[in-house]
Amino acid sequence: MSRQWWAALVFVAALALLPLGASDYLLSALTLVFIAALVGIAWNLMMGFAGQLSLGHALYFGVGAYTVAILAERYGVTPWIGMGIAFAAGAAIALLIGALGFRFAVRGVYFALLTIAFAEFGRIVFEHWSFVGGTGGFYLKALSATNVPLISLRGGARFNYYALLVTLTFAWWLSVAVVRSAIGYRWRAIRDDEDAARALGVPAFRLKLLAVALSGGLTAIAGGWSGLIGGSLFPDSVLGMRLSIDFIVAPIVGGIGTLFGPILGAFIVVPLNEWSRELAQAAGINGLNLLIYGVLLMAVIIVAPQGGWPWIARRLGLVERVPCRPGEQARNGVAIAASDSTTGDTHGQTSGRTQGQTPSRAQGQTSDRATQ
Amino acid sequence: MNELYVGALINGLLIGAVYALIATGLNLIFGVMRVVNFAHGEMVVIGMYMGYGLWRLTGWPPIATIPFALIGLFAMGYGFQRWIGNAFVARPQHVQFVLYIGLALVITGVHAVIFGPDPMGIQSAASFDVYRVAGLRIDATRLHAALAACVLIALLWAWLRFSLTGKALHAAADNLLGARAIGIRTNHIFALAMGMGAACAGAAGALLAPLYDTQPYLASEFTLLAFIIVIVGGLASLPGALLGGVLVGVAEAFAAVVIEPSAKSLFSYGLLIIVLVLMPQGLLGGRQGAGR
Repeated sequence: MSRQWWAALVFVAALALLPLGASDYLLSALTLVFIAALVGIAWNLMMGFAGQLSLGHALYFGVGAYTVAILAERYGVTPWIGMGIAFAAGAAIALLIGALGFRFAVRGVYFALLTIAFAEFGRIVFEHWSFVGGTGGFYLKALSATNVPLISLRGGARFNYYALLVTLTFAWWLSVAVVRSAIGYRWRAIRDDEDAARALGVPAFRLKLLAVALSGGLTAIAGGWSGLIGGSLFPDSVLGMRLSIDFIVAPIVGGIGTLFGPILGAFIVVPLNEWSRELAQAAGINGLNLLIYGVLLMAVIIVAPQGGWPWIARRLGLVERVPCRPGEQARNGVAIAASDSTTGDTHGQTSGRTQGQTPSRAQGQTSDRATQ
Repeated sequence: MNELYVGALINGLLIGAVYALIATGLNLIFGVMRVVNFAHGEMVVIGMYMGYGLWRLTGWPPIATIPFALIGLFAMGYGFQRWIGNAFVARPQHVQFVLYIGLALVITGVHAVIFGPDPMGIQSAASFDVYRVAGLRIDATRLHAALAACVLIALLWAWLRFSLTGKALHAAADNLLGARAIGIRTNHIFALAMGMGAACAGAAGALLAPLYDTQPYLASEFTLLAFIIVIVGGLASLPGALLGGVLVGVAEAFAAVVIEPSAKSLFSYGLLIIVLVLMPQGLLGGRQGAGR
C-alpha cells in the first residue's frame, strides 16, 4: 500500500473513533461537513477530472432530497431503496442536461450557465408544485419510539455521523477507483484538450455523459441524506442558487482535480460558514455572516488559487511525482494525459486562460474562446 | 383583455431597456476580459440603495442619482479590478468565479449590515404619474427609466465605437497579445472595462429603485437575470444585450399575466434553455463566439 492509502486509512480511522469522546453538537457539525465533502467529491469528478463546469448541483441535491423523503413519507418506501431511486433520478436529470449541452456543443462558460438555468428552473417548478409542498415545504414525521435507524435510516446524531462517514468513504473510494482507471485518464485528456483527445479516439461525448451522470447521482444521494437528517425540505434551501455556490466553493478551496481536495475544502469551508453564521447571530447583525464569509473566500482564493490540498500534500510528502510546470503544457498545447492530478497537479493552469495568453490566441482565437 | 396584453408588452419593453443596460455592463466585462462578473446583481443593488438613499435625503427622483451611481460604481469597479481582479484574468474560470462570488457575498453582507434585511420602497406621488397614449396608460416612471437607459446605452456605444479608449477596449477584446504589442496598457483597460460595467449596473439600479422595493437579497436575482439576457442575446455582443434585455423583459411581463407574477422567471429560464440548445452562442453572438 502506498503512503496515500495509509494516510487515508489513518484519517478514516480517526474519524470513526471520534464519536467516543465528542459531543452531539460536534457530530452534527461534522455530519454537515461530510455532506459537503460528498457533494464536493461528486462535483469534482465532473469538473476537476472531466473538466465540465457545473454551477447547478443544487438541482441534483434537491431532487435527491425530495425523492428519498417523499418515497419514505408518502409511500413507505425504505430509504435503502429510496437512495437507489434518488441516484437514478439525479443521474437521469444530469444525463438529460449533459446530453442537451454536449450534443449541441455547449461548452465552457455556456455549459456552466446552462446548468444554472436548469437548477433555477427546477427550483421554480418545485416552488409551484403542490405535490411536493410548494414554497410551504415538505416535512418528515417526527421519529417514533419504535424507530429502527437501520431500516428508516433516520436516527440520532451518532447514527447520522456514522452513516455519512460510511457513505463518504465509499464515495471517496469510488472516485479513486474511477479516476485511476482508464476512464479517469480519458477524462483528464478531455479536460486538458477535448479536441486532441477526440482526435486520439477518446469517445468524449459518452465519457462526459458518464462523468455528469455519476456526479449527479452521487449528489442526489447526498441530498437524500440531507433530507433525512434535516427532516424538512424547502425549494429555496435544497435547490437554491446559494447552495450550488456553497457546493463548488469547498472543492475549489480544497484543490480542484485532486482526490482529497473536496474533503479538505469541506473541512475548511463548512465550519467557516457555520462559525460566521453563529457569530452574526450572537452579535445580532443580519448579513455579518455573508460579509465575513465573502471576505474569507476572497482571501483564500487570492492566497491559494490552486486550493489547499496541493500545498498540504507536498508538505506531507504525499506527492509521488513532480507535476509538470503549467507553462510547458500551455506551450505545447497538447493534452498530457499522464499528468496525474491525483497527486496535486495544478489543473487550474493547464487549461483555460493560460492558453489564451500564448501566441496561439493571436491566430486561433476563436477556438480558444469556445473552450473557455 | 387585449389591452392587458398590449399593456404587458409595453411594460416588458420598457423594463427590458433597463435590463439591457444591466446586461450591457456584464457583456462589456465579459467581452474584454472573458470574466463572468458574479457580483453584477449586487452592483445593481448598490445603485438601488443609492437611488433610495438620495430620495430619502433630498427627495430627488432616483433618476437624478445616475451621475452619482455612475461615478461611485465606476470608481469601485475600477479599483477592485485594478488591485485584486486583474491577477485573476489569466486564471481558470472557476477560480475567477470564487473571487467574484466572494465579492458578491461581501456586497450583500455590507448592504444587510447597513440597511437591514427589510425591503425599502420609494413612495412618492410621482410614482402614480401616467402618460395616456391612444387609450393606453403608460407608467411615467418606467418610461423615464427606459429612456434614460437607452440614452446611457447609446452613449456607451458611441464611446466604445468612436473614442480612442473605446477602440483600445475593442483591441484588447479582439486580440490581447496584439493589443499589448502595440502598447495598450491592458491592466488599465481591464480595470476600465470593469468600472464601466459596474457603472452600467449602478445606473440601472438607480433607475430600478422606484420600481422595486430595495433589499439586499434581491441581488442574486439580478445577477441571474443578467446572465439569462446575455446568453439569450449572445455573450460579448452588445446588440445582443439589447435584444436579450427586451426579449426577457417582454417574456417576464407576459408570464406575469399568463401564469402568475411569482413564476415570471420561469418563462425567461425556458427561453434561455431553448436558446442555449438551439443556438449555443446566443441569438447575436455567432460572430464573436466560436461557431463550433
